[in-house]
Amino acid sequence: MRKVIDIGKYIENGVNWLTDNFDGLFNFIKVVGNGAIEGFEWLLLSIPFYIIIVIFTIIAYFKVGRGVALFTALGMILIYLLGFWVETIETLALIFVSTLIALVQAIPLGIWAAKKPSANKVIRPILDLMQTMPAFVYLIPAVLFFSIGKLPGAFATVIFAMPPAVRLTTLGIQQVPQDVVEAARAFGATNRQILAKVELPLATKTILAGVNQTIMMALSMVVIAGMIAAGGLGEKVLEGINNLDIGLGFESGFAVVILAIILDRITQALGQKGNNERIDKLKKIFRKK
Amino acid sequence: MATEDFKIEIKDLTLIFGKNKSNALKMLEAGKSKAEILEKTKCTVGVNKASFQIKKGEVFVIMGLSGSGKSTLIRCLNRLIEPTAGDVIVNNINITKESNERLLDTRRTEMSMVFQKFGLLPHRTVLENAAFGLEIRGEAKNERLQKAQEALDNVGLQGFEHQKPSQLSGGMQQRVGLARALANNPEVLLMDEAFSALDPLIKSDMQDELLDLQGKLHKTIVFITHDLDEAIKLGDRVAIMKDGIIEQIGTAEDILRNPASKYVEAFVEKVDRKSIITAGTLMFSKPTVVQLEKEGPGSVIRKMRGIAADALPVIDKHRTFMGFIWLPRVLEAEKLNKSTIEDFITTECPSVYEEYTVEEMLPLITGTKSPIAVVNKENGKLLGVVSQTSLIIEATRFNKSEIIELKEQAKEQ
Repeated sequence: MRKVIDIGKYIENGVNWLTDNFDGLFNFIKVVGNGAIEGFEWLLLSIPFYIIIVIFTIIAYFKVGRGVALFTALGMILIYLLGFWVETIETLALIFVSTLIALVQAIPLGIWAAKKPSANKVIRPILDLMQTMPAFVYLIPAVLFFSIGKLPGAFATVIFAMPPAVRLTTLGIQQVPQDVVEAARAFGATNRQILAKVELPLATKTILAGVNQTIMMALSMVVIAGMIAAGGLGEKVLEGINNLDIGLGFESGFAVVILAIILDRITQALGQKGNNERIDKLKKIFRKK
Repeated sequence: MATEDFKIEIKDLTLIFGKNKSNALKMLEAGKSKAEILEKTKCTVGVNKASFQIKKGEVFVIMGLSGSGKSTLIRCLNRLIEPTAGDVIVNNINITKESNERLLDTRRTEMSMVFQKFGLLPHRTVLENAAFGLEIRGEAKNERLQKAQEALDNVGLQGFEHQKPSQLSGGMQQRVGLARALANNPEVLLMDEAFSALDPLIKSDMQDELLDLQGKLHKTIVFITHDLDEAIKLGDRVAIMKDGIIEQIGTAEDILRNPASKYVEAFVEKVDRKSIITAGTLMFSKPTVVQLEKEGPGSVIRKMRGIAADALPVIDKHRTFMGFIWLPRVLEAEKLNKSTIEDFITTECPSVYEEYTVEEMLPLITGTKSPIAVVNKENGKLLGVVSQTSLIIEATRFNKSEIIELKEQAKEQ
């Protein structure tokens, strides 16, 4: 069939215009971003693997429970024994930086959308677009802007992973009971005080659910970003596909699954109450001393 | 009364919900009805030119059914809802014209609010909740926690400081709400259906407690309720509101005795008048009396004939109530040619103080149909008399079966 409207052309022109005119900016972002990601990687890799395993296990034990702690310890040992430690750390660093960038934008956007219905009307369809667009598509502008490497990987990941954090922040703020907000207002609270002392604390649980979702989506995207040389487990998976190496494919796949489960369980527990008993116990022990 | 004596003055306060406010306001000023305005401009009139004054230290109750605009009205006082027109003057300062900063200041220092749904922060402890207003105001932590503790002690919540609101019962949660308001030490307390969400028994407790506190603290309280019994119990004065209009303002008794409109009357009918109307209001305050030292049987008989009464109250020269003299006894005295009726007075007769309610006087209804004397509590002086007929009528105004029952009882005795 003949093409009548050529939207792709416009988008191409737009992207070209951006790369032509803002080359310096993109380069700057690339250098800073790569620096951040690699710096974080270096930091994690300079810590002996067993200490990282111990830290994760302790967090899992106190935040979630014995079972998850056990899984964390065994899972991470398995990853190490499979020989994927460096790749896993690379992936972790990329997830961490992408999630951080995504959240820094998503939470204020979510708050804005919750406060201004007109903003929400604009933001929502954009989020729909961001979430439903096949994730691979983001790799193209990422490469055009930043060529290949870790930062374009983070760029694509941020776009893909941001929407749930925005949505759940909006939801969390909107769900704050109006009578509590009104009470704060009646006592002379400014909008900022209401946000800081009432709305954000009461929305924390929902926002953290959004953070969890963002981390999970970042993980899935980071693997895809292996296609543009973002490194980490994604590249191992890709290697497995390219060489039809079923062993490598499954091994690296398992590493991704283990990482996903650990991150999911721990971040999910952050938003839930009632898991703090052990922490309270710990606090008491410290207080006594 | 001079303006300075009023804590809060409301002048022509109007609030219109909707987009076409200016048109609606014009129509309102032209005297159009709420329904007409709704039809033409799609605007709802929440409060319609309310004007009243609240005195310092007074408990002023605004009562009305849901949708009457009472909750909207109270929110106009601290501008949680921006009034469309009119003035709210607190301490001679027009709140409606204040800048935002000054308004925040007013909310932080002069007016605190207590809410029907409590509005407590679930993630904070009771103590932190009570300190919330002070925190907003920017007070140092130690200072605000200390003040909050005092406020909690005041409302009887010692020992609950470190619990979360969800661990407390409704009544206790509202005590926290009250403590939060009191911790700010405001001059004005705005209470929006503060006790409406509570069980009847707890509600009654809280009302008593509020009255106790008010006895100590002497705040100016604006209390919103839909419960007339509550209005009467708490209010020094009560304003009755309907469809955004203040229908009547007065003391509870004013409103009960002289309802200004059918609407008020409908409210009043539901209330147990027996427990509100007192001897003081029911009595006939200038009764014909017999002065013991001055008057003999002859003069008493003439007085009785003059007003067709068969019993008169007797007082001494200090106006102290002595008892009643009945016609047969006077005639007896005259036959015996006595110069004084002293030995013929019936001293065993009912007498009450002014503040006795009709309910409390009911047991005094007897077969003898003796009037009931109302005397001063301190010196026993006669203030007036309540006839048994008027007592029965008052007591049973809304219940015919009761009136018949009482009459039969009276006959039997």
